[in-house]
Amino acid sequence: MHELSVTESVLEIACKHAEKARAKKVTDIHLVIGRLSSIVDDSVQFYWNVISKDTICEDANLHFKREPAKLICLDCQTEYILEDELMPCPNCSSSRVRVLSGDEFNLESIEIER
Amino acid sequence: MIEKRIKIVENILNANDQLALKNNKRIEDANAYSINLMASPGAGKTSFILATINALLDENVQIGVIEGDTAPVTIDSDKISAAGMPAVQVNTGGQCHLDAVMIENALDQLPLGTLNLVIVENVGNLICPAAFKIGTHSNVLISSIPEGDDKPYKYPNIYRGLDVLIINKIDLLPYLDFDMDYFRKGVEMLNPGLKTFAVSCKTNAGIEDWLSWLRMKIPQK
Repeated sequence: MHELSVTESVLEIACKHAEKARAKKVTDIHLVIGRLSSIVDDSVQFYWNVISKDTICEDANLHFKREPAKLICLDCQTEYILEDELMPCPNCSSSRVRVLSGDEFNLESIEIER
Repeated sequence: MIEKRIKIVENILNANDQLALKNNKRIEDANAYSINLMASPGAGKTSFILATINALLDENVQIGVIEGDTAPVTIDSDKISAAGMPAVQVNTGGQCHLDAVMIENALDQLPLGTLNLVIVENVGNLICPAAFKIGTHSNVLISSIPEGDDKPYKYPNIYRGLDVLIINKIDLLPYLDFDMDYFRKGVEMLNPGLKTFAVSCKTNAGIEDWLSWLRMKIPQK
């Protein structure tokens, strides 16, 4: 997977906003990851410890919040939460479904000290 | 010491996505169409590009190809050059996918103004290329018969973002236990109504149907 590029982007965004806020230190970083944007938390944490060294973000805690994936059935309009990788409509069993949400991949907020 | 929480809400891959938009504008301004061709290793990406180039040779379509590989080899771009079209080889240095920065650099090396079509052959991989936008107009996946009929079930994310699906090596269907109905059922659940072409780059079966779709997309210069 591509956890290193992802971790580098997290660091870049966090540093940018921390500097803008004239932070002395970033203590916490909150990430929101949709179910369809799978990344491996442990792997991001591993890279994080390496690349955040000697930056304003060094020793910041990473928090991963998972969001479920929401689908809509194109035949009966039922909205439902994806539980298996491929899941037909629980109401009418149609497989004509569309993803409404679940691909979030956001840096939601940072906590800083000044 | 003042502690403070700052709300950001920025897509982690935002920098990449912004650059992908810029790449797309460059291709648009050159009045060309572009394809992000993805597949697992050995599905026939390069053969499919060559079949497309050869079939369009007499139609005055100029095709530029960006070849992504994880190792510093020029095997694929040499084949494209031999077919008479400009090719750029991108070595990702072990990285599992192409990203927008690599495409930006590769576009610099193509005679964009003379091209009608840009085909990007992504790194052979069914996971990572799905997450990184590169700025092409459409996402095309090649799934080949020897890979098995369970691929949509095992790699759902790449199927969700597709514009076109190519099923390659259909000449092997009589020899392998590939359940086409099972395969298509999985695809339908991930991407209802997905445009699909079943082809063989070996026998040229189905290539004409693909070309009919492609011709409609390529702008006239």
